[in-house]
Amino acid sequence: MERLYPLLKAAAILLWSAFVVAPFLWALTTSFKTANGVTAGPTYIPFVDYEPSLAAWQGLFGSGGGSIDIASPFVSSTVVTLSASLVSLVLGTLAAYGLSRFSYKAGPVGNNDLTFFFVSQRIMPPVVLAIPFFLMLGWLGLLDTIAGLVIVYVALLLPISVWVMVDFFNSIPRELDETAMIDGCTPFETFWRVILPNSVPGLVVAGIFCIIFGWNDFFFAFTLTFTQTQLLPVAIVSLNSSVTPWWSLSASALISVAPLIVIAFLVERYLDKGSIGGRK
Amino acid sequence: MTYLLDNLTVKQGSDIHLDGVTLSLPNAGVVTVIGRTLAGKTTLLKVLAGLIAPQSGSLTKDGADLLAIPAWRRRVGMVYQQFVNYPHLSVRDNIVFPLKRSGLKPAAVAEKLSYVTELLGLAPLLDRRPEELSGGQQQRVALARSLVKDTDFLLLDEPLVNLDYKLREQLRDEFRRIFHASENRLVVYSTTEPLEAMIMQGLVLVLHEGEVVQVGDYRDVYRRPANTTAATIFNDPPMNLFGGRIEAGQVKIGDETVLRMPGHFANLSDGKYIFGIRASEAVMGGIITGRVALAEINGSTTVLHLDMPFGNLVLEREGVALHAIGDGVSVTLPPARLFAFDADTRNLVAAPVSD
Repeated sequence: MERLYPLLKAAAILLWSAFVVAPFLWALTTSFKTANGVTAGPTYIPFVDYEPSLAAWQGLFGSGGGSIDIASPFVSSTVVTLSASLVSLVLGTLAAYGLSRFSYKAGPVGNNDLTFFFVSQRIMPPVVLAIPFFLMLGWLGLLDTIAGLVIVYVALLLPISVWVMVDFFNSIPRELDETAMIDGCTPFETFWRVILPNSVPGLVVAGIFCIIFGWNDFFFAFTLTFTQTQLLPVAIVSLNSSVTPWWSLSASALISVAPLIVIAFLVERYLDKGSIGGRK
Repeated sequence: MTYLLDNLTVKQGSDIHLDGVTLSLPNAGVVTVIGRTLAGKTTLLKVLAGLIAPQSGSLTKDGADLLAIPAWRRRVGMVYQQFVNYPHLSVRDNIVFPLKRSGLKPAAVAEKLSYVTELLGLAPLLDRRPEELSGGQQQRVALARSLVKDTDFLLLDEPLVNLDYKLREQLRDEFRRIFHASENRLVVYSTTEPLEAMIMQGLVLVLHEGEVVQVGDYRDVYRRPANTTAATIFNDPPMNLFGGRIEAGQVKIGDETVLRMPGHFANLSDGKYIFGIRASEAVMGGIITGRVALAEINGSTTVLHLDMPFGNLVLEREGVALHAIGDGVSVTLPPARLFAFDADTRNLVAAPVSD
């Protein structure tokens, strides 16, 4: 049993890896197929099983016949996700520090209620927010614009960054703040010079969550835009016509997931340290 | 006497951390705040530092209101029982952090840095991060950071409690040397251990449940604890206390044990009292018999918990002595070493003549 255990473990890891990797392989092979290659049945090995073609990829960048341009939604998605993540990270971190370190009292409402208020924004189903957002952006004249989407995404991502950062700040001993103040730091300097430099792991986690949620959102990207602005998830779905173009969908899905994979590799060392749970 | 604390009260909800603390402290020297866990020691230090605002009362220095000055401008240093350093800075940057905040010139910063580095033997560690240091080294860095700046007072909140025994002994002596070398700085040192207060010398402030029990020179507090609370807190093991009476020129402890009336009890009238004797002043051998309930060997002494006719007696004797639980022993309570406290107010009414 002692010797069997590592083997079982390895087998379990391999099995799980297969589950995770299989869809990517499937998408990768499919993206190099033509319509005939896809309908001909399951084939996996290029040049042997099927004849690879770049048609799907070319189509996404506007050089094939009847194609769409995926570059522009990609850029829009990047701009919207990064701007909204950055704004909500800055605002969320400031709010979280306040909620973690200072007491607020307005009648019966205290810090925990405020924190819950932020987090509760994510409890209700997004559908509830669709009409209010639609009307408000309409009044502001920001429907179908990048700016409008950024505002909405900030509202959606702020609870995430507040939630993660409150938890993170609560894990930093208050004595660190007190020591900084005794050493001559005003409350803001304490935050800026002492707490923030020690909060990188928390900021990374909050940032990743914001980027993932922002990048993957389909619902608001779909309901708040029409023709002028299009985000990646909507663009991908719009490829779907009477005949499902599996090859194009596969290629665009890979394009859409690529940035997240890159980010995952970049920040792996922060996640690896076991810093997600905060530090003592 | 320049620091005046007047009726300082700190409450959190229904918890009272400091209950009307009124006292005056000198502007230099060492004050040891002694009290059990949760006695309010940390709260008192934090009020002095400006980290906790009291609900009521005042804190003044030579008549100037200190409470109006926020922590970052109050010119204090503080060392915590947890070793608090800035994790993202090297030891060097940790130590000069307060100097940089105060905008000191680089040359002056370097000079002060080399002074405290030498004082605390930190030179080989300057380029390390706090997390790479042992507990004792981390606490030295924290102390260096609080000593490096010009402060009016230095607060140390049980700074040695998380260190091992050897290191504690060593740092204790270092601390005393450093504290008594700084002439115009008040050092407030909190601890639960009477021994530390004795080693630090200076004033002792006995705190219990948020109230000041006694303030005085460490020798006076030791010789004449104001009441049973001070006697318990300022002796380790705590002073033995037994109910008893003075009757017909004799001291009666419990119902059966009768002792000769010592000279220092001459002025006490007959009646009920609480008698106290230090664990180290009860001696083995004699006519009062009891049984061993527990024996602990503490390095150079042995502490015995004895079941006596009048209650549980803790006796500390020199050397390592082996006693089995249940062993019969006989002891003597030297009448000359007895304390007497009023049975109702529990205040000291007679103490042994000091030697």
